[in-house]
Amino acid sequence: MAPAYHNYGAWGEPARLWLESRASIDYPGCAVPILHALANPARFLKLARPLTPLCFWCGVVLALIGCWAGLTRTPPDYLQGDTVRILYIHVPAAWLGMAGWGGLAVASFAYLVWRHPLAAIAARAMAVPGALFAALCLVTGSIWGRPTWGTWWQWDGRLTSMLLLFFVYIAYIALARADADRGGDGRIPAVFGIAGTVLLPVIRYSVVWWHTLHQGQSIGLTGSTIAPSMLWPLWFTLSGFTLFFAAIVLMRMRAALGLQKAEARMRRMAAA
Amino acid sequence: MNPWPFVVGAYAIMGIGMAGIAGVSWRAMRRAERAVEALRRR
Repeated sequence: MAPAYHNYGAWGEPARLWLESRASIDYPGCAVPILHALANPARFLKLARPLTPLCFWCGVVLALIGCWAGLTRTPPDYLQGDTVRILYIHVPAAWLGMAGWGGLAVASFAYLVWRHPLAAIAARAMAVPGALFAALCLVTGSIWGRPTWGTWWQWDGRLTSMLLLFFVYIAYIALARADADRGGDGRIPAVFGIAGTVLLPVIRYSVVWWHTLHQGQSIGLTGSTIAPSMLWPLWFTLSGFTLFFAAIVLMRMRAALGLQKAEARMRRMAAA
Repeated sequence: MNPWPFVVGAYAIMGIGMAGIAGVSWRAMRRAERAVEALRRR
């Protein structure tokens, strides 16, 4: 039987040495061994194969229920009327645009600190769906703004900081691709991934720091200013799109691992 | 101003975005995993 690290593919020997060095360290009662265990691609794939369709279909069903309820089962807003129904897709898009970068930064940190071979793959896998959700947040927000504010776009603190986050995603994708093309070790995109987190508090507090067109915070840790009769479908779309995002990240990680494995196998066949 | 064209447009763009990324990611995953299986069979 092949050893457990055979799936490291292109990471090959460094990954095996890394795993063996960790195997001798004991971390009683700590979450770190779980992370280290998951850093083994074979073990990760064993988990990811059933989790991908599960996250995907649960996400699709929850998001569809939330969208249906948001469109048909909630009352119109007393000021905005039916336009408020864009909320049920705009808020999850904004959440995932920001959470995507948060996840990318955590994975980048894990890669820099523990050199988890899968962490760099996870960070890269989150970049494209994160950028897509940031773009969808901007587009749906713009569509919401036209009938509500009378304009498609305003250089408002929240809108501008979200646009910057989208550009930072694009820069990360370009940087990660260029780094992979020139055979880099992934440290430069990882540092960029961590540096980009400075934007997250700016986006979060932009409506507090600058009182411009975008409305203030409606949902916080302690409660919400939205009426419960209008709020409940949002939990469906938030959880549904989050599970959908997780499924997309798993698919992209599986694709990256498969490609690395195929390349490593072809190299071994060519060398034999 | 009738809000429904804006609401329907926003939901349609979201749906297209979701379907697009799911399709592209699924195809990339299947292609990579098929390549590994094909190489393993050789």
